[in-house]
Formats: sequence, structure tokens, C-alpha cells
Amino acid sequence: MPPGGWFSRHKPESDLPEGLWSKCERCERIVFVRDLERNLKVCPHCDYHHRLTAWERIEMLTEPGSFSEWDADLRSSDPLGFPEYPEKLEKDRQKTGLTDAAVSGCGSIGAHRVSMGLTDFRFRAGAMNSVVGERLTRAVERAVDERLPVLLVSGTGGGASMYEGILSLMQMPKTSVALARHHDLGLLFISLLTDPTMAGVYASWASLGDLTLAEPGATIGFTGSRVSKQAQAHVGRRPANYQTAEFQQDRGMVDRVVPRKDLKATLEKLLDWTA
Amino acid sequence: MPEALMKLLDAKDHPLLSVEIGEVNRMRRHALDFEKPIAEVEANIASLKQITEGIGEDRTEEIRELELLLEHITREIFSNLSAWDKVQMARHELRPYTMDYVRLIFDDFVEIHEDRHFGDDPAMVGGMATLDGERVMVIGHQKGRDAKERAYRNFGSAKPEGYRKALRLAQMAEKFRRPLLCFVDTPAADCTVEAEERGISESIARNMRDFALLKIPTMSIVIGEGGSGGAVGIATTNRVAMLEHSIYSIIPPEGCAAILWRDPDRAPEAAEALKLTAEHALRFGVVDEVIEEPMGGAHRNYDETARRVKASIQRHLSELKGLSGGDLVQSRYERFRRLGEWYEEGRASIAVAGG
Repeated sequence: MPPGGWFSRHKPESDLPEGLWSKCERCERIVFVRDLERNLKVCPHCDYHHRLTAWERIEMLTEPGSFSEWDADLRSSDPLGFPEYPEKLEKDRQKTGLTDAAVSGCGSIGAHRVSMGLTDFRFRAGAMNSVVGERLTRAVERAVDERLPVLLVSGTGGGASMYEGILSLMQMPKTSVALARHHDLGLLFISLLTDPTMAGVYASWASLGDLTLAEPGATIGFTGSRVSKQAQAHVGRRPANYQTAEFQQDRGMVDRVVPRKDLKATLEKLLDWTA
Repeated sequence: MPEALMKLLDAKDHPLLSVEIGEVNRMRRHALDFEKPIAEVEANIASLKQITEGIGEDRTEEIRELELLLEHITREIFSNLSAWDKVQMARHELRPYTMDYVRLIFDDFVEIHEDRHFGDDPAMVGGMATLDGERVMVIGHQKGRDAKERAYRNFGSAKPEGYRKALRLAQMAEKFRRPLLCFVDTPAADCTVEAEERGISESIARNMRDFALLKIPTMSIVIGEGGSGGAVGIATTNRVAMLEHSIYSIIPPEGCAAILWRDPDRAPEAAEALKLTAEHALRFGVVDEVIEEPMGGAHRNYDETARRVKASIQRHLSELKGLSGGDLVQSRYERFRRLGEWYEEGRASIAVAGG
């Protein structure tokens, strides 16, 4: 009997298990971990883009040794006194080694210094709380001060975090007013949408790029399936590729779906063109 | 209540049926559970008045006593509203909606319908108006009163074209240097396939960004449900006020309960945990003012509620009047910039929203 029982529908963690080989989350074929790593965690059989952690993404996109982190000392304070929130935060800190769901800092992509912010799905599904909003806002403000381009990488399942209620909601206008100022100065903002980008994150900073790129197959949308099922909003014509990167490109919401192996080169070209 | 009086109250075409009785019956029909004692006493008072006026039997003494009782129980009930009670108040079927405020506060309203992209969205209304002679732009979510209108207004859930209409009107207000007023009352933005296809996320995000840059005084008032992204899509304004029994929330309590406990019936508990009341919004710095509602709630006295909302609008607009376009953008920036709560490790102090 497989671990978890015959009827277990447990999906593997987004982190591939340690060992010599692992199973692709989509096609379920066996892949050598070494091959998968070499292929930027894209399945060589079915091209499935496995989720990257924030630090893997930084390593993949920036020049070696160029990235320095900002605001690592910010911590969530449980402003609502929400049941079990501190415990859930602590658990994810232990699990991921991250202090919260976003990492920000400055790094070089090709010849360009770029102010960056990235959410990490492993930490509370990458949901935007006060710390995430503050880190991203400060990254944008530093870009304003130093006249730098901004790259924000989204990967959040639930959008804005329920656990900080109205204060999470306010991170939507907060990040947006910061980006407004950056935009108004004629500076470049590239939004990179990765799996998944949903709800309050997609409906704020992730949708405000001068350029919006997305990884193939990423889930991208406004309303999560659980909520829309409740609202019965999907009865009728729901396209097969609904709420994917390809769907959003087809509807004109994403500028370009870019395979992971081409991302860095594409970013460099866009930075060159706009610099 | 005597049976004869009940008959009198329920009679549709009774010659004595006054406007007041019709209104009392309407209140009774739509009363929330916790409002029922109030509605009953109101019905009793109305019937006694009917007897006094209609049959000529003097019951003024009893009426006076009941009126005292009414005041007492109303005060009692409304001083102890739970978060869940407030959710129901915010969604009350008789609660004044955007167009009620437009009618009661402004003059010369000219509604504008299109977004120049796709089509009209009846869930988002807007147009030019005057406020005691001052020319202003008004936009807001609009809910429907009866089943037919509710469907027409999509329950106050706006689609991308609604948000784009709102932005177009906001930018027109800026072009002609008129203040912008936004009435917020939506359960959430529309979550259908068509809204997704036309970019509901982009339309909300763009509104927040471009509202941030408007060089005119802007103000929003949460009059009922401040539902998540659907609300902030027209509420990134210099000032935000909120009616006392309105809510402002990241997620409906039913949705929160479904996600947390897989049980929508625990919504009252979720409402409590989400801290979605006006009182909390003020404490967190999310709103600048809570507008007190008349005793028993906005739906019991439209005129008085509108008068208070109008006074709030005039006070805030007069405070913003002296500021230059650049100062308005700057102070709006600072207003939203400070929202949130966190702490810096190694430091004792906690950064609290609202300073």
C-alpha cells in the first residue's frame, strides 16, 4: 500500500522530496532530481513548471552574488488576534526558513540593478499580509529614490491574507499607491506571474506592470475555485484553460507567456530596451 | 394586540390605512431577528394612533408609554450589536443605497452610463451633480431593492466595465477640477467567467493606481458592505468615512468560515474574528470617520442619515479645499502608505496602523 493509504488524494508538497528521483506533480513520471534541477525544475517529460521558492527564483534570475536582501527584520504582529494565526506563522517559519511570505531586495539582472520583491507560496500560500505589503512597498519606494526598475514576482494562492483582515485588504491600495508614484516618474515595472497568482494580489500590484509576463501553465485569476463554486459563478461556459497563464494572454491580460528557461534572457532584453 | 387591530393593520385597501402604517408593516416584514421587538412595538404604536385618529378613541397615554418603551428597547438592542448583527445591518434590505443618497444629498444629478470599452454596468452608477451649488462627480455601487432590480444590479457586484466607468468619471472630474465622491456598497466584485475574461483584476488594480494620482479632492463613504477588492476599487481616496453599521472586510464571513472550518454556518464566529466593524476600521486607521446612524439604523430614518452623510462630506471637502493638486496626491499617498501592522525584530515598538 502506498504511503498515505490507497484512497489518499494527498498531493506532494511543492518542494520536491529529497532523494535521487522524484515524481512529476503533473504527469507523475519519474524524474531524476539532478535532471530536474538542471532543467530549472521544469519536467523534461511534460514541461510542467514546478513551483520555485523565492530564493530559487532569485538565484535563477540574478547575477551570482548580486542580491542583497532588505527588511528581513519585519515580523507579523497578529493585529486581529486571529485564532491560531501566530501558530500557523511559526509553523511556516520553521518549515521554510523564511520570516514571512515575501522576500525583497536589490539584485542585478544582466547589466541592470533591479529592485525586487517575491512572494513564496510555501509560506501561508504566499498570502499578502502587512509584512508582505510593507516589504513590497519599501522595495518600490527604494526604486523611486534610486530611480530603479522594479520586478515583482507573484506566487500566492489566496491573495490578501484573511488572517489580518482589513489590514491585509489595505495592502492592495498601499502597494498600488507606491507603484503609482513609480509609474508617474516614468520608471519600469515588470510583473512576473507564477503559479498561482490569485485574488487580492492579482487585483493589485501583480496587474500593474508596464509589462506582465507569466510562466506557462500558471494558475492566474481573480476568484478561487472554492469561492466561485459557492457563488455558482462557473455554471455554463468555462473554457478548458480557464484561469491559466495562456487564458490570460489570450484575453489580453498577460503580455507574454515565457518558458522558464527563457525568462532571464527575456527580462534582460526588456530591461535593455527600456533603460 | 387585539384581533381587530391586527385586521386593520393587515388590510390592504382599508380607508384608514395611513402611509405610516404601510411603512410600519414594511419594517415588520423586513425586520431582522434582533429587530423584531422594535418592529412589534412600532406596529402597536401605529395601531393605537390609528384608533385615536380613526375611531376617535383617545389612546395618547398608551402611545406615550409605548414610545418610551420603544426608545428604551431600541437603545438596549443597538448598544449590544455583535459583529454578525452588523453584517446583517450592512446588508439590510431596507438600507439606503447609493441612489437614495444621490436623491437626498445632491441636486441636478445627470447619470452617465458608458465605460467606452464594453458596455454599461448597472451595478456601478455615476454622474455629475451639485452639492449645495458646488459641482461634484458622484460614483457608487448600486444594489437593487426588489428581486427584479437586484438581478438587474447584479446584487451590487460590479464588473470590469463598472470599474472602468468609475475611472473614466474620476478622470473627467479631474479634467474639470471637481471633487470626486464614491459610495461603497458591494458584497464583492463580480466573480463570473465574463468578469474574469474582461479583466476584473486589472480594472480594480488600475483604479487603485490611477485614483492615487488624481489631483482633485476625493472621498469615499462605506454605506453598507465594503466587500474586499470590489470596495477598494473605488475607495483609494483622500478621505474614507463609514456609516456606523456598515462593514469593511477582506472576505465575507461565510466565505471565511467555509475556508477556515469548512462550515459556512460558523459565519457569526468568523465575523467576530475578522474585525470588520466600523469601530475596528477606525481604530486601524482604515477609515477617518465613523458616521453615527440614527437610532435603530439608517433604514429607520433616511433623511437624517443623508443629512449626517452630507455634513461629513462637506466637512471633509472643506478641509481638502485649500490643498494643491500635488498636496492632495501626497497626503493620499501618506494616508495609505502607513496602513498595516507589524514589528521590527530587535525593536520593542510596534508600528501601528494609523500612527
